[in-house]
Amino acid sequence: MSAIIDVSGVSKSFGGVKANTDISMTVEEGGITGLIGPNGSGKTTLFNSIVGYHPVDGGSIRFEGQEISKMLVPEIARLGLLRTFQQTRIYGEMNCVENMLISLPHRKLSIWDAFRRNTSEDRERAEHLLDFVGLFEKRWLQASSLSFGQQKLLEFAMALMNEPTVLLLDEPTAGINPTLINGLIDRLRRANTEFSITLFIIEHNMRVIMNMADTIYCLAHGQMLASGKPEEIQDDQRVIDAYLGAH
Amino acid sequence: MTKNTLLYAVLVAATVAAPFLFPSYTAFLATLWLFIIVALTWDMTGGQMGYNSLGNIFFYGTGMYTGAVIAIGLYFPVGEWTDASRSEVFSVTASQYYTGMIIGIPGAGLFCGLCAFIIGPLFFGLRGPYFAIGTLGLAIAAGEIVSNIEWLGGGQGISMPHSPLHPDFEKVLIYFLYAGLGVVLFGFLRWFYSTRFGAAINAIRDDEEKAEAMGIHTLRYKTITWAISAVFVGMAGAISAFQLIHFEPLETAYQTINLGIFMVVCVLLGGKGTLWGPVIGAVLFHVFKEVTWNYILGGQWVALGLLIVIIVVFFQDGLMGYLKHVRPGWFGIKVDTKGATS
Repeated sequence: MSAIIDVSGVSKSFGGVKANTDISMTVEEGGITGLIGPNGSGKTTLFNSIVGYHPVDGGSIRFEGQEISKMLVPEIARLGLLRTFQQTRIYGEMNCVENMLISLPHRKLSIWDAFRRNTSEDRERAEHLLDFVGLFEKRWLQASSLSFGQQKLLEFAMALMNEPTVLLLDEPTAGINPTLINGLIDRLRRANTEFSITLFIIEHNMRVIMNMADTIYCLAHGQMLASGKPEEIQDDQRVIDAYLGAH
Repeated sequence: MTKNTLLYAVLVAATVAAPFLFPSYTAFLATLWLFIIVALTWDMTGGQMGYNSLGNIFFYGTGMYTGAVIAIGLYFPVGEWTDASRSEVFSVTASQYYTGMIIGIPGAGLFCGLCAFIIGPLFFGLRGPYFAIGTLGLAIAAGEIVSNIEWLGGGQGISMPHSPLHPDFEKVLIYFLYAGLGVVLFGFLRWFYSTRFGAAINAIRDDEEKAEAMGIHTLRYKTITWAISAVFVGMAGAISAFQLIHFEPLETAYQTINLGIFMVVCVLLGGKGTLWGPVIGAVLFHVFKEVTWNYILGGQWVALGLLIVIIVVFFQDGLMGYLKHVRPGWFGIKVDTKGATS
């Protein structure tokens, strides 16, 4: 396995707040990498830096060997590096099928393709993926009328529709009914194995992330606190202290 | 599908027959088509894309002037024409008039589309109310600038070549120009909204940041959509120029508070972001306007203001939005259990 995302020495501050200080980490191709840390430790800032949401103050971010720290959000997305949002974002006034169809990979569409209608294969794939996340029956409903958890599932399905190489998930299980979490873990795993999408996940639910990830990074106060296999992280006294507030 | 085809056939037949069945209403119906065109084009950005432009009237005014400059400039020096300010000095033959019309109307559309292409990237950096105010400023500034260009007749405005037709026939010709443009526009939008392009601008409306994060070429789609709407508004403006014979910049061409606001009210009345909403809204609004302008003259602006307040406070989604709310099934919003496997 090789590093598909290579972050080295990235810093980002907002006014006086140092959200990320000299962060270095890698995401291995084909694996599931976790990112944990207490609230406000800079996890989402790191995600935002990677996908080009804001310029970084220093350091470099490479995706498949290409420097992306100066690129814009849509350009990075078209490379196949996609993210979902912590505050779920879907297209509220469109129905689920339309939400899926507009999520087709735009890196593969020319301007002339935009003037065509979606093909029946596109529709089948959209319905298949909606079925995959369990939203098939609700596919003709307006996305804004779905519950928060369902919107989260829809956003996940939209991300799969985009056929990304790497998917950055910001708290995929937050707000999801605990009885559905096992189902979601299963689907995330299948996305990783069946669709061979590299996953990079921010997660607060330790049971979920420890079960899924091959490698886990832990942030605290904007700095990289620890990294390693789930077992190592679980037993790391610094991580436990950070979560329990020993700092 | 057959029911739809029948409906469209009846509507097209009614459109063709209307000026012959109700000759005294030809001018009224021509204006109705103008309202339908500007409402449909406003809805392309305002309703479908979520960018509320108050400056689409810029393309109307620019279309009028471009149409005039082409129609006159093909055969005469424009500066001398506007200097004389009356077309008796120059005599325009019938073939010159029609050539000016045939080239002037599409030419105006293309020029306005080009304008939108150039200014689009500048204005689409603005979001929400800033975009609305920015585009309004564009229209007001354009009116002021044009009224200071002597070559275009300045504040006096510009006179069009005289039509070789009898006024009654001229009216019918203008009606069919508007109606033809309106039917083409409606057909175009029916197709356009069914393509991926239509879905992309809907996505931009619902959550532009998400659309960017999904890799959609947002600026490209926004600019092209505005340019297409500008082409149609510009052509409608050029038809208006031929209809009005004489027009001036501030009150007629760049009429921000009249047509510039009417087009928004039409869409709000009928329902934003739907294909039929702007059409229905334009019909309702035009009838409302004619009734109040005829029967409570002096109070017509008060009545219009009241209508706007009532729509904005009580019927923000317009007629189509209301129907979608009470009859979701008509719009295909339903739980469908057929074919699920999990």
